[in-house]
Amino acid sequence: MSPRPGFVLEVDRSTPPTLFWHGERFALERLPEGSRVIYAPEPIEPLRDPVAAVRHALTHPMGDTEPLPALLRPGMKLTVCFDDVSLPLPPMEAPDVRQLVIEQVLEMAAEAGVDDVVLVAALALHRRMTEPELRHALGDRIYDAFAPHGLLTQHDAEDPDNLIELGQTELGEDVVLNKRAATSDLLVYVNINLVAMDGGHKSVATGLASYKSLRHHHNPATMRHSRSFMDAPASELHTSNWRMGRLIAASGVKVFQIETTLNTDTFPSRFAFLQKREWEWSLRDRATFAATAGALERTPARLSRQILHSIKSPHAMSSVQAGEVEAVHELTTANVWDQQGVEVEGQTDILTMGLPYICPYNVNSIMNPILVACLGLGYFFNLYRNKPLVREGGVLIMRHPTPWEFQPAHHPSYIDFFEQVLAETTDPMRIAKEYEESFATDPWYVHLYRTGHAYHGVHPFYMWYWCAHALEHLGRVIVVGGEPRAVRRLGFSPASTMDDALELATDVVGPSPTLTHIHTPPLLMADVR
Amino acid sequence: VRTLVFERNLPRFAAARVASALGSGRGAGVGPLRLADAEPPGLPGPDWVRVAPLLSGICGSDLATVDGRSSRYFEDLVSFPFVPGHEVVGTTDAGTRVVLEPVLGCQTRAIEPMCAACAAGHTGNCERTAFGHLRPGLQTGFCADTGGGWSAAGLVAHPSQLHRVPDDLSDEAAVTVEPVACAVHAVLSAQLRGTETVAVLGAGTLGLAATAALSHLSSTGRVPAPRQLLVGARYPHQRRLAAELGATAALPADQLARAVRRQSASLGLGPPSSGAQRLTGGADVVFDCVGSAESVGQALAMVGPRGRVVLIGMPANVRVDLASLWHREVTLAGAYAYGTENTGPDGPVRTFDLAFEVVAARDLGRLVSATYPLERFEEALAHAGAAGRRGAVKVVFDPRQPAPRPTAKKGSPP
Repeated sequence: MSPRPGFVLEVDRSTPPTLFWHGERFALERLPEGSRVIYAPEPIEPLRDPVAAVRHALTHPMGDTEPLPALLRPGMKLTVCFDDVSLPLPPMEAPDVRQLVIEQVLEMAAEAGVDDVVLVAALALHRRMTEPELRHALGDRIYDAFAPHGLLTQHDAEDPDNLIELGQTELGEDVVLNKRAATSDLLVYVNINLVAMDGGHKSVATGLASYKSLRHHHNPATMRHSRSFMDAPASELHTSNWRMGRLIAASGVKVFQIETTLNTDTFPSRFAFLQKREWEWSLRDRATFAATAGALERTPARLSRQILHSIKSPHAMSSVQAGEVEAVHELTTANVWDQQGVEVEGQTDILTMGLPYICPYNVNSIMNPILVACLGLGYFFNLYRNKPLVREGGVLIMRHPTPWEFQPAHHPSYIDFFEQVLAETTDPMRIAKEYEESFATDPWYVHLYRTGHAYHGVHPFYMWYWCAHALEHLGRVIVVGGEPRAVRRLGFSPASTMDDALELATDVVGPSPTLTHIHTPPLLMADVR
Repeated sequence: VRTLVFERNLPRFAAARVASALGSGRGAGVGPLRLADAEPPGLPGPDWVRVAPLLSGICGSDLATVDGRSSRYFEDLVSFPFVPGHEVVGTTDAGTRVVLEPVLGCQTRAIEPMCAACAAGHTGNCERTAFGHLRPGLQTGFCADTGGGWSAAGLVAHPSQLHRVPDDLSDEAAVTVEPVACAVHAVLSAQLRGTETVAVLGAGTLGLAATAALSHLSSTGRVPAPRQLLVGARYPHQRRLAAELGATAALPADQLARAVRRQSASLGLGPPSSGAQRLTGGADVVFDCVGSAESVGQALAMVGPRGRVVLIGMPANVRVDLASLWHREVTLAGAYAYGTENTGPDGPVRTFDLAFEVVAARDLGRLVSATYPLERFEEALAHAGAAGRRGAVKVVFDPRQPAPRPTAKKGSPP
């Protein structure tokens, strides 16, 4: 039986309460009659033999490029770069896609007699991965073969000795890349395209870049004109990366792009209720939900966090493409939309969403208030093509406990950003102008980024810029069940209950508003007509 | 006449110390302070005058005294029984409204020749505060011969101690002049160069006064303007006032060290996950306006190499690790009282004259949050001891009339 497509439910009297994530917990909300709930398509069938599919992709590349084995030769310099810990979400059950792909790449390299091979985690300005995270992504065999010899590296955007300036795009954007990768005879990039935003020229131009390069597209003006991030042709962020990508190619950097998609089988079977539509919950689903929700309710947040972050997703590879960047990415993006796309008719006055315990930047960490804002306004708000799900001047209501809590080893500059910058202003433009450079160049943040497991000093700014379009577009943002002090610091309105939030929202959108809820998991993308 | 008298009474002193464990100012009910019917003090000399207090403030040193927590260092510098109250605005017999400069230096004690400090105008540093024709007392409010501000019977003052209050300055503003003078003196003694990151630890009366003084004196060219003036304040109303009075940033106290780190581009020592890192750099000047072991420790932790920690808040016995002071060549300086200041273009000027200017320019009468009659001294002192928590800054007595209830400014719960 083929998986069912996405679905837009109209809530009526018989509709059971709708499941919302609430950080490390769940909530059931009875939405007003007439509300719409958008459900993602069911997970598509995964590839039956992913290894064979990878080998096929590598030997049958797309676009103007030769098969990978033909690009490999003795004496050459090969660098294999891969997406970092921010993908996929949640981390997938072993073997990770990166392991599956890179093992095949390395096998072909060995067969071709290539012995100068270096692996690079394409962190951009993210935190360095820990050994267990690297082992999980690559498998023990690769880790043990490369790491002890210093051949498994993590991109360091602050290492002047390992950065190279390739020039400027026609719009004057600096392109500065990882030197080892850019000076290799072949750069193989292994992507996990969890959403349509991932991959393409963004992989190399962002993942292996420095602050000097990134600031040209990670800024409020670009973010405001990325409508949305999930729709590359309408995204300034992507347009800038594409300009850079073409400059990289013109500079002689040979990139062999490998992109993979995953189905949306997001949570293991013991959380099966998360993947289902509420009215289809079996007795067993209801019992599991009640037991899980009750247990999480009684468990201290810190312990709940540990439990949830230990979950490994049964995501399975649904496609793999390899070859020339743009040709590969076009098909990958189409595949992502096939899995996640849902047609939605028209915009809504109020958009609701439940935010989970995890986002790309708090894997094995704390979802601090800035990340809550970014997940809601940066990611979920942008899960659209054509038009935002919520109309201009509309209201976004999200559910999350939003604790005033940070992981100081991972997010040191976030703490200062939250305490010192957002206390002054939430305007992304002013923040960029007055504060960004001092954070980006702060020697302490640089030190922690390079030697510890800290996100770069400028990273919280990027999270805030990620919200820039939504902040400009929305009339109000309301957080249900959030810590009021933290919610207000973000510039949002706290509400104790969904009813209170809806009441607050009517001040902005008037009485009898339309309401649409994005039901996650799994992830979906709305094609708004 | 209604007067609050502080007597030497060791059992009560011990009781006050115990009671103060419940909260600052709680020693008033059981300690050596009592409401008495006292006669006005006699005039110590022919040129002395009587002053009838209009308002008299409660200061941190008063609270420490009432709670039995003052340092024994002061034992020989006070005489019993004394009437507390050294922050005073009052009227002379001639009807002139005056602010008292309470230091009892050589001139007030008719000591000739004056000590070197008094001769130089630095009366706060007088070496003779236990000598002369007055009994010991470093200030009015701690001397058995002068009376003090917490009395309807009035006090006596040497003309050199009195500063006429401009007609357009309210009593509330005038009663803040003395603590503001302390802050002015501290700011002028901090040897600012104009490139500093300055941190103010604590935003009670002294912290806010220091913020206002630094802001005003730098805006009028008396001291170089610091690059950053960061104020750590525990309570929201303190942060609001600090920002209004000129702080570049007013932060919760537990965030101040992080702000200092960022502004000074300092690195940290110790694992970031511990959340309690030591800074490699830090602020150039830290004004400690609290005076506790904790605040001195915090000040030393956030001051940079060769920096200066200025203690404005009165400390007592504190236990601190001085390793960083030694290693980083930090100067730990006290800033007590006032006298004469050399502010450059103005030449020598009385600290009080500058304080009057700061009070008027920054509207510091707003710091007075509640006024109590002497009869309600226990409540007044408890209120002063919990001022921050109760949304207040400066609590004062109005000794003139017994009143049934305290008056509180809007937004300041009594």
